[in-house]
Amino acid sequence: MARKYEGFMKGVFFLSAIVSIVALILIIVFMFAGGVPFMLEYGLGDFLLGQKWTPSNTPASFGILPMILGSIFVTIGAVVIGVPIGVLTSIFMAEFCPPKLYKWLKPAVNLMAAIPSVVYGFFALQLIVPIMRNFVGGTGMNMLTAMILLGIMILPTVIGLSESALRAVPRSYYNGGVALGSTHERTVMAVLVPAAKSGIISSVILGIGRAIGETMAVVLIAGNQPIMPRGLTFGVRTLTTNIVLEMAYAAGEHREALIATAVVLFAFILIINSIFLYVKNKEAK
Amino acid sequence: MPTETSTLTTQKTRNTKQLSSKLIRLLVYLSAVVTFGSLLFIILFILVRGVPYITPSLFEWNYTTDNVSLLPSLLTTLIVVGLSLLIATPIGVFTGFYLVEYADRGNKIVKAISMATDTLAAVPSIVYGLFGMLFFVTFLGFQYSVISGVLTAVIMVLPLIIRSTEEALLSVGMPLRQASFALGAGKLRTIFTVVLPVAMPGILSGVILASGRIVGETAALMYTLGTSTNLPTDLFSSGRTLALHMYVLSSEGLHVNEANATAVVLVVFVLVINALSTYLSKRLSKGGK
Amino acid sequence: MNQTKMTIRDLNLWYGDFQALHGMDLEIPENEVTAFIGPSGCGKSTFIKTLNRMNDLVQGCRIEGNVQLDGENIYSHRYDVNNLRKRVGMVFQQPNPFPKSIYDNIAYGPRTHGIRDKQQLDQIVEESLKKAAIWDEVKDHLDRNALSISGGQQQRICIARALAIQPEVLLMDEPTSALDPISTAKIEELVTQLKEDYTIVMVTHNMQQASRVSDKTAFFLNGYIVEHGDTRKIFTNPEHEQTENYISGRFG
Repeated sequence: MARKYEGFMKGVFFLSAIVSIVALILIIVFMFAGGVPFMLEYGLGDFLLGQKWTPSNTPASFGILPMILGSIFVTIGAVVIGVPIGVLTSIFMAEFCPPKLYKWLKPAVNLMAAIPSVVYGFFALQLIVPIMRNFVGGTGMNMLTAMILLGIMILPTVIGLSESALRAVPRSYYNGGVALGSTHERTVMAVLVPAAKSGIISSVILGIGRAIGETMAVVLIAGNQPIMPRGLTFGVRTLTTNIVLEMAYAAGEHREALIATAVVLFAFILIINSIFLYVKNKEAK
Repeated sequence: MPTETSTLTTQKTRNTKQLSSKLIRLLVYLSAVVTFGSLLFIILFILVRGVPYITPSLFEWNYTTDNVSLLPSLLTTLIVVGLSLLIATPIGVFTGFYLVEYADRGNKIVKAISMATDTLAAVPSIVYGLFGMLFFVTFLGFQYSVISGVLTAVIMVLPLIIRSTEEALLSVGMPLRQASFALGAGKLRTIFTVVLPVAMPGILSGVILASGRIVGETAALMYTLGTSTNLPTDLFSSGRTLALHMYVLSSEGLHVNEANATAVVLVVFVLVINALSTYLSKRLSKGGK
Repeated sequence: MNQTKMTIRDLNLWYGDFQALHGMDLEIPENEVTAFIGPSGCGKSTFIKTLNRMNDLVQGCRIEGNVQLDGENIYSHRYDVNNLRKRVGMVFQQPNPFPKSIYDNIAYGPRTHGIRDKQQLDQIVEESLKKAAIWDEVKDHLDRNALSISGGQQQRICIARALAIQPEVLLMDEPTSALDPISTAKIEELVTQLKEDYTIVMVTHNMQQASRVSDKTAFFLNGYIVEHGDTRKIFTNPEHEQTENYISGRFG
């Protein structure tokens, strides 16, 4: 009796464990089934490399190169802004922060990760956008605004993972450095940071994933013009915002083109995630 | 032994050494100031802009374009979070049980499950949203509804719950399990009466983090839950959560003050959730042996 | 001469490709204390765990051979492991009470085996704590968390917990190695009393302990039982040179 129950519950646990796999397969199947036929019909080259996105024209044009480049540029900008600040802050957290302060700052980092995207976006809309408008003119909704905001938004991801990577470095490395007469600062930079390198790289990769996937904050402040990116002070549209902006009213071919956009985004994320897992596994060895 | 020139160079290097140390320290401190300064600034900004506009009319039972009441969305948020956790928690926790207590380490299924969880954790919200729309809304015919939104949210937070359960279970020492088995207890009894109570704070903190993720979610819910302003009447009617409500307000640009007030409510919500989760995970690190 | 409680015949054990135990043969007499001695890594801890099948929990562990409890092979497919562990209780090297009250620790086993009656449980808890010689120390705070008492007391709680399921055999895997001398003396004394009612098997690093409390001793080396027999004989007149070397402290 008891044995039967044990076996039954083991089955229940196993089925629960399978849910994740089933969900992932469903996501892949439905996204690809929704988007890939369109890509093939429209022409993969024309879709990925086409420079014109004019879904309401006849004949409509569905080139997503502007959005691909938009996503890549905005992400690069976010990394350029966010990674140095994030990594240096993680060094602060791990090596310079007094314990009393740390008690407050650690939850602060978690809170930073938990603030909803819309709130970030709305904040930027009311602060960064007007500043941009004053300094560079135009609407203030441009690539630079998006880069700054995303740079802030990836901070908690970068800080959290980099900090644990730094903390995982054996203390003997540090002692070795200091024993050779090096200062605390130089030991941290010359010994600890290189030793935590792969963990820090993983944190950056996850940050890139977060930046490229971010939608609701970007849509409020990036301008969203579906044209080839022209510069930091011009509006930009990313893959994510392309979907969210037009999905509400899209139908037929247009709708399929948006799903195909999501497939491209998904592929990006899968590649980034594979790199992340590769780095993580290498680190484990 | 040290000649005059070598003393000079040591002096020189010591100076540059000190200079570079100071520079490093400066950069590190500056970055921390920028990071936490921005957070503090964002929060203060939201509070200053929003608090004055938190008025009783924002909490009226029915939403109209005049009062822009956030109460229906607040209640919808609670409903969506509650239902999602109700489904996701057992699935996530049971997955943790299977991975830690039953499956052999290095087993192929375990590898596949961890890979699936890792990948799910990386999928952007908007892809979840689109998948939910294609699968739940269209394919299963649930329309824009609470059930579509909830099921999408469940898949989205599953990796969070699975991971925190795994970590919490792994932190429970093997000797406790052995003691229970040695008394003739089966696996189930051992898990539920010995392992689970010790791992509980860690699991709960993960579940609470998951609820925070749902509270702040917009992209995944927009095309699954929909954006109807009314309180949903059943599982198959649409609604909007607080974050969605705020998105609609801010993108319309008509109700900036109300949007700010809504932002305050959202941030307070998240703050409470986070504090709770931090508190619980601290309890785990104290209680677990 | 006491009856044989457990018989081990040609037992081999592997962890993956590594063979940890080779052709074990041993009889464990009823109501006596059998001690396992030998240097670290000789297989004595592994071997004691085969007697209540705790090795089932170790991934990649494979066992061949025969272990009989009252003439029945405990490794047969139909044998119920949970019932085996009810009959063969175990105390571990590190005290491992559950993070629950003292009462709930002792009552855990009986509850596991279906005893729900409060009065009956009270009685079992009291009896077990008395048998483990710790009743007087804890009777006034049975609701205290078992982790809040000293290590020596915790180990006696663990013994009481094992006794509460009324086992026939009690396995003790270096039960005093983590304890101070006074607690060790208390537990040794306890073991001598307990053999009146139980068959006791004990792994120990401490040769004085083995010679003080055990009736039979088995000497392990590199996964083999080199020699076994009456404790007095093993310690005064061992047959094998290796045994003598170990006992006289020349290695280990």
